[in-house]
Amino acid sequence: MIEIENVHKSFGDLDVIKGVSLTVNKGEVVSIIGGSGSGKSTLLMCINGLEVIQQGSIRVDGTEVHNKATDLNRLRQKIGIVFQQWNAFPHLTVLENVMLAPRKVLGQSRAEAEEVAVRQLTHVGLADKLKVFPGKLSGGQQQRMAIARALAMSPDYMLFDEATSALDPQLVGEVLDTMRMLAEDGMTMVLVTHEISFAREVSDRVAFFRNGLVHEIGTPEQVLVSPQYAETADFLKSVL
Amino acid sequence: MLTTSITSTDLLFLLQGAWTTILLTLWAMLLGTAGGVICGLLRATLPRATLPLAWVLDAFRSVPLLIQFVLFNSLKSIAGLDWSAFSVACAVLGVYAAAYCTEIVRSGVLAVSPNVRRAGRSLGLNYWQDLRYIVMPMATRIAFPGWLNLTLSVMKDTALVMWIGIVELLRASQIIVTRIQEPLLVLCIAGLIYYFISLVVARLGNQLEKRWQEND
Repeated sequence: MIEIENVHKSFGDLDVIKGVSLTVNKGEVVSIIGGSGSGKSTLLMCINGLEVIQQGSIRVDGTEVHNKATDLNRLRQKIGIVFQQWNAFPHLTVLENVMLAPRKVLGQSRAEAEEVAVRQLTHVGLADKLKVFPGKLSGGQQQRMAIARALAMSPDYMLFDEATSALDPQLVGEVLDTMRMLAEDGMTMVLVTHEISFAREVSDRVAFFRNGLVHEIGTPEQVLVSPQYAETADFLKSVL
Repeated sequence: MLTTSITSTDLLFLLQGAWTTILLTLWAMLLGTAGGVICGLLRATLPRATLPLAWVLDAFRSVPLLIQFVLFNSLKSIAGLDWSAFSVACAVLGVYAAAYCTEIVRSGVLAVSPNVRRAGRSLGLNYWQDLRYIVMPMATRIAFPGWLNLTLSVMKDTALVMWIGIVELLRASQIIVTRIQEPLLVLCIAGLIYYFISLVVARLGNQLEKRWQEND
């Protein structure tokens, strides 16, 4: 369970998150929508400690993320994250990209790590690209590789930071299919997304962020179909 | 018909000089790269704390190598160090190369996308693993052309060690010129030898780069 309580985050003078509270239960898929600068991506970075927070608390399975005593490297093993810019390691093959962390962080043997990596890459449809370098892949393929790379650590949670925003339109579908598959497998997921219809389809709950706050939260029907606030409706109108 | 009084012994003498040039370059680049990697990483990761280091290295980059040779050689005598001229040459060239290499390494490390590093850390890699498995390999590819440039430049700078009494390729050719009075021919041969050494280094470097590029 991810428990976010009254989190404040600022970059210098700029307040990005101004007191967000949100709980994500085990097995739940929560989508975060909202305009750019609403603090939704920043919140994801705070969940696995890639960004520090100024106030409030974030607990993952009861572990305080922003506590100096917390072993972040250990905590991050169970929180996978997929970025907008897929961030492949360009000097490693697809297989090596996926094997790196299981080998170095979890201490798996080459054979173990390879078995897991091949399974995950097959899962996302890249079984024929194992020995290829990321530079030779399309954006959609690189993003699916990034998903496999995160999954190879057998995380309990997956965070998606606008995973399809940087892709060509015709490549969005293949990545969404992979994410849908994960949701169906029961993975606990937090998605920051602009794909409203996808959010509606896979989410248990949808949160609309505005000005660094949760403006509206509820089931996809509540928030996306019959929103309570005018700002939510305006935002939906602008992206649909 | 052109005649020359250059002998095969002279050619051998030139080649011996060339060998000294190669050895000096090797040692200088070995020391320089080791020092450059350490100082470059420090400069890239702790820019403020290592500012004094930057000033020191700046001095080595700014003062002409010739002055550094002469100064260090005198200093050595004053300090009573029993170093051979060759050791002095390697030390001075090594520090000089390290000063340049530091900047090459620093720029390479800083060129690695912070987002890629972030992706590595998000998988649970710790700081050192990120450095070892992601930053270093990527920075090496970025910094390599600059490093190769430095190697070639240091190789030519080794000619300055003649001022502290070492006979390398250029000094060897001067000695022969003094005797047979055919500067054009002798310097051409010396130049060709320099060119040939550079060619081999550059070719090896290109091959390595090509292998990396195939992956991109």
